[in-house]
Amino acid sequence: MAWVSSVDARVRELTGGQARFEVPAATVRGLLAALEARWPGLGAHVEADMALAIDGEIHHDALGEPLSADAEVVLIPRIGGG
Amino acid sequence: MNDAVSAPALQVVGQRPIRPDGADKVTGRANFGADLRLPGMLTGRVLRSPHAHARILSIDTAAARALPGVKAVVTAADFPEPGNQAVEAGEGAATLRALSENCMARGKVLYVGHAVAAVAATSADIAEAALGLITVRYEVLPHVIEVEAAMAPDAPLLHDDLFTKGVTPRPSAPSNIAEKISLGRGDAAAAMASAEVVVSGRYVTAPVHQGYLEPHACVASAGADGQCQVWVSTQGHFAVRAMCAGLLGIELRDIRVTPAEIGGGFGGKTTVYLEPVALALSRQCGRPVRMVMTRAEVFEASGPTSGCVIEARIGANAEGRVLAAELVLKYQAGAFPGSPVGAGCMAALACYDIEHVAITGYDVVSNRAKVAAYRAPGAPMAALAVESCLDELSLRLGIDPIELRIRNAVRPGAKAVYGATFREIAFIETLEAIRNHPHYRAPLGPDQARGVACGFWFNIGGESSAAVHVDEAGGVTVVSGNPDIGGSRASMAMMAAETLGVPIARVRAIVADTSAIGFSATTGGSRVTFATGMAVVQAAGKVVDDLRRRAGLIWECPLDQVQWQGGQAVCTDPSKTVKPLSLAEIAGRSARTGGPIAAHASLTAQGAGPGFAVHLCDIALDRETGRPTVVRYTAAQDVGRAIHPSYVEGQIQGGVAQGVGWALNEAYLYDADGRLLNPGFLDYRMPVASDLPMIDTVLVESAPNKRHPYGAKGVGEAPIVPPLPAVACALSRLVGHRLRELPLSPPVLLQALDQPGAAG
Repeated sequence: MAWVSSVDARVRELTGGQARFEVPAATVRGLLAALEARWPGLGAHVEADMALAIDGEIHHDALGEPLSADAEVVLIPRIGGG
Repeated sequence: MNDAVSAPALQVVGQRPIRPDGADKVTGRANFGADLRLPGMLTGRVLRSPHAHARILSIDTAAARALPGVKAVVTAADFPEPGNQAVEAGEGAATLRALSENCMARGKVLYVGHAVAAVAATSADIAEAALGLITVRYEVLPHVIEVEAAMAPDAPLLHDDLFTKGVTPRPSAPSNIAEKISLGRGDAAAAMASAEVVVSGRYVTAPVHQGYLEPHACVASAGADGQCQVWVSTQGHFAVRAMCAGLLGIELRDIRVTPAEIGGGFGGKTTVYLEPVALALSRQCGRPVRMVMTRAEVFEASGPTSGCVIEARIGANAEGRVLAAELVLKYQAGAFPGSPVGAGCMAALACYDIEHVAITGYDVVSNRAKVAAYRAPGAPMAALAVESCLDELSLRLGIDPIELRIRNAVRPGAKAVYGATFREIAFIETLEAIRNHPHYRAPLGPDQARGVACGFWFNIGGESSAAVHVDEAGGVTVVSGNPDIGGSRASMAMMAAETLGVPIARVRAIVADTSAIGFSATTGGSRVTFATGMAVVQAAGKVVDDLRRRAGLIWECPLDQVQWQGGQAVCTDPSKTVKPLSLAEIAGRSARTGGPIAAHASLTAQGAGPGFAVHLCDIALDRETGRPTVVRYTAAQDVGRAIHPSYVEGQIQGGVAQGVGWALNEAYLYDADGRLLNPGFLDYRMPVASDLPMIDTVLVESAPNKRHPYGAKGVGEAPIVPPLPAVACALSRLVGHRLRELPLSPPVLLQALDQPGAAG
């Protein structure tokens, strides 16, 4: 079970205003599937446009990354750089 | 003085070997983007728009095609209709359609310098003459340059199909505002109302160019069999391959891109301009085509970073604890959506632990060249606003500026405004490194003042590949897929040498083309030493495992009794009386132990540690001429662990130099018709060595990144963030009131000195 939150307006729009919620998932792949199932479009949005801060550490494209019990997952916009 | 706070006990990492690319660069032997010559090669030139905004009514290329020596002519009609799928093109969103239309205008031109057509000819003179024979009929449209003017409801519209994202319900009318971003937590308005001190201001920065010395340049060659090759000055040759493939409808496997030595990029070479055009020309005529931008083209048609307007409001209690912050960031994207405003919003307050925050960002198109990434995209402008507010707070409250920041600084465990929780960070130690530096207490001369400012950059990981080969004499080659823009060949070689336990002199690092190494994401985001370094260490580790296996085979000794120590295999089986085997000795017998010794690693690196920078800037102001002179500068940075300290110091010094130019001199200047008035280094004034003092650096190494085998964090971007506010804060003290608009050039400073309230 992961606790998911985001400061991203698009995420809140897709979740009907919820900024923090609980999602049953043991991996990032499972998390994305659960998000998509619960709020159609959110899993795809997160996979395409966002990074995940998992217990404080930022991950990009990390489908296989495990999520601990009560993992804290923050959905943040993708970051690039120069 | 260059001072490492703590030194690691490693043999190669942390040392300062001679840079491997130095001799080639100082003797002119290095091959840059424009240096390649191929048999039958043509010269390509681009016809560019003289208008800031116009509809293209017709393009007649017949006369140009008929000119002897002209072998190919292309317009947008020669490019496939692009789709709207997203493409990686540095910071900010981009679609294939926008990328295509930026490379070659389709229907409308959106800025002076926008490409309209291109020719390839047997000489540069013929190509230039052919451009003059192309007739383009335009319907000139009203244009808009500045960000707030572009946001106005009655502004000329660049794109009829651009509806603001991030707004609910979806707007019914198109707009130049591509996206509205909202970030926040807590109740900023209520907390602001309870603050004992509130400071606010409207901050303005000009668009500035990355200023790389080498202009965009490439050679493209399309064969009759459909196989294409591109040689190019780029930060990301895999990205060039993907973009060219997408723009021209070519399979990835049919394009091979070789990165040239690169003469600077700083984020500006993370997208394509000439490459698909050269390839389209080459496909039309079957001959190689070389294209090189002039300096004016670089300024007019390749991405600067955004100019912006930022409204900032910060409230604190009497002890200097920040209670609330409200920011509105308006960033120019240029002609197509994709400014770095998102990163600006996230980075703006990342240094500080603030409970109540409201940030709004706007990505705004206008009739300028599309922006491209520039070191820490979006962050320096945001830092100007936030750090200037903190400077005002420190003055209003009578609190030392470093102390004020320490009271508000993020510590390990703090949750950043953008959501991540900080882990191994040394921001407090970096602030203390500056507070304890002799510079901080050094007396100032007459008409001198000191500015302090902080900066943050996320740093990223991502996909990287590397290979390590051992030759039959024990020499080592490290192959990676990342163009070396900041010393990565040195750091890759050093990490391989450290892992293998061999002297650095025995290791060479090269950058391979797209067909010779696995995919590697673009060199940018301060990712290469971290992410590609991890791939190199993994590959070198596999080589060590293989060397142990081979030694065991030679000794008839089980693997668990062979250790790799100091660059040689050591047998720990007490029943064996064998001498250690060196790398060279094992390599010399490779044919009899399994063949050549080599290993490859590919990974997606996670867990890049963020960077924090704290800068101290002393400036003298000539009150008669308004000329500011930076007289002393010290920059401290949380670097994790410096692999090659000289390169890290160089990154910091380079970032400071560019940031000082941004603060003092650089700006795009336009006439009433939207034409750039200063497209050259004479009139677009960047700092040169004689403009700056020696920039002192302090490498803070107390928080190595635990995700990286040698503790590396990205270092290339954070140092460009603090100079804007550090310079502005020092000059504000000198003129006696807050300076909120960059650049702070001599005329601006003279005017500031003449204003009421100015210090005499």
